[in-house]
Amino acid sequence: MSRALRGLFLGAVLIFLLSPIVVVGGVSLNAKKALYFPPKGVSLAWYAELFGEPEWLLPIANSLAVALLSSLGAISIALPLSYALWRYRVFYARALLLLGIAPFMLPPVITALGFLAFWATVGLYGTMAATVVSHAVFFVTLPLVTLSLGFESIDREIVEAAQVLGADNREVFRSIVFPMIRSYLVSGFAFAFVLSLNEYIVAYMVAGFTVETLPIKIFNALRYGYTPVMAAVTIVFVLLAALVFGLIGRFGDLPRLMGALTPESRAS
Amino acid sequence: MIAERPQGALARLTLLYPAAVLLVFFVIPFGIMLAVSFFRREPGGFYLVEFSLANYGNLFTALFARVLAFSLLISAFCALLCVAAGFPFTYLLTRMPRRRQVVWLVILVSVLSLSAVIVAFAWSIMLSQTAGVSNLFVRLGLLDRPQSWSPGFWALTCGMCYVAFPYTVLVLYPPLARLDPHLPEAARTLGASPLVTFFTVIVGSLRSAIVAALVMVFAFNLGTYLIPQILGKPQHWTLSVLITDEAIYRSNLPLAAAMAVFFMGVSLALVGMAMLGGRRRPGGAA
Repeated sequence: MSRALRGLFLGAVLIFLLSPIVVVGGVSLNAKKALYFPPKGVSLAWYAELFGEPEWLLPIANSLAVALLSSLGAISIALPLSYALWRYRVFYARALLLLGIAPFMLPPVITALGFLAFWATVGLYGTMAATVVSHAVFFVTLPLVTLSLGFESIDREIVEAAQVLGADNREVFRSIVFPMIRSYLVSGFAFAFVLSLNEYIVAYMVAGFTVETLPIKIFNALRYGYTPVMAAVTIVFVLLAALVFGLIGRFGDLPRLMGALTPESRAS
Repeated sequence: MIAERPQGALARLTLLYPAAVLLVFFVIPFGIMLAVSFFRREPGGFYLVEFSLANYGNLFTALFARVLAFSLLISAFCALLCVAAGFPFTYLLTRMPRRRQVVWLVILVSVLSLSAVIVAFAWSIMLSQTAGVSNLFVRLGLLDRPQSWSPGFWALTCGMCYVAFPYTVLVLYPPLARLDPHLPEAARTLGASPLVTFFTVIVGSLRSAIVAALVMVFAFNLGTYLIPQILGKPQHWTLSVLITDEAIYRSNLPLAAAMAVFFMGVSLALVGMAMLGGRRRPGGAA
């Protein structure tokens, strides 16, 4: 493609991706409770309301608690599983890997309905535990994929050398394996955390009326009319995602992770 | 370090614990949902254990057929748009210097991670009368007065493509990154123009990757739930909306489960067919 055409095309994609965020950012600054762009007057009142009103603080707290606990839960499943996949050659380990990827591949509404049927059956429908465990299983795919990649990047000869020099399993894990997979562990955790913060349908299906997370709160609030507070929430979410993924991009290997996060490459 | 089988209690636990968690919290819920689709509804509760095929019989209403058809159509349409734009974009992306690639990837992943609620809200503002792009068109003299373009079919298309585009790029990234850079170079040396090279050599050698991407993005779009409710009119609601409605508002979990099972069957069949079709095509490199 010629240079001008290429620039035009990339520019159009960039505008498509960024312009809604720019417009919402402008709207979040309106001085009055109205949605104008460019904003009429500039004020940070809507951000103050977001971080000052219990109406918004409670969903924020819920969302942070769910995201933190569920991404830790996802790590707790993914770390031993990917370690075992790398370390042992047992037939059922592959099957488990597929099982770990499946929740993420189905249309979310189907997985969500499965969780709803499950929690209703065991009598925990509507509890925060249900939301946390559901998210941990739903998002286990992400740390599973990043960690598998991390384990694959370990040079087995180094491990063997350490063993020849007398290191036991624990020492090998502490001095070689863990430092090698650390950045993949952090990336997997970050992906699960950010996606859990943003997830709607599973959280809504298993405890939507009792454990109000931030996306549920935004959707409920939309029904009663739009306010600039929602624009402020949007900007906070965008900044958080950009910060987390920016850090991964800066300190991790994002192109390699991208290659691995898609099923096409996992199948091969 | 590499043992054939795990030895010792701790080593066994590294497989047993994830296996148990996935079994209890994923396989069993899935099984319960399958079972519930054959049970009876309990008014005011969840379900009564009583085998019946009534839910599947009650499935085929005119509304269900219309919603299913619309879900498939809009998902396919947006998949087509996203792959058409995403393929050349991803090609250019994989040819960029690494630093610029990372910047683009950060933008794409950030957009992809955004909640559908937020995406739908942002686009409804973007297409609204007071803050939307129509104001820009008025200033440019293309329109007389600002207009509201949301909710509607095109608003829905924008929202769905906004979420699906980054996903498309991620699906296409690995095959395009693996493409031998000598291939387009050779075509250029032999006198093909850049555009001809792109359409014949690159599109041609990645035909099966394109088909796979279309299928993946289509399946991804089928899951859309929130965007049609905010950016679409009621006639634009998708099957995911109908299923949730049935489960939560009409508290008919058995019927919702039957819908979900049917929905999964249809999407798996379509995806399987498209995958087979893509594989059989001659000349497609896997």
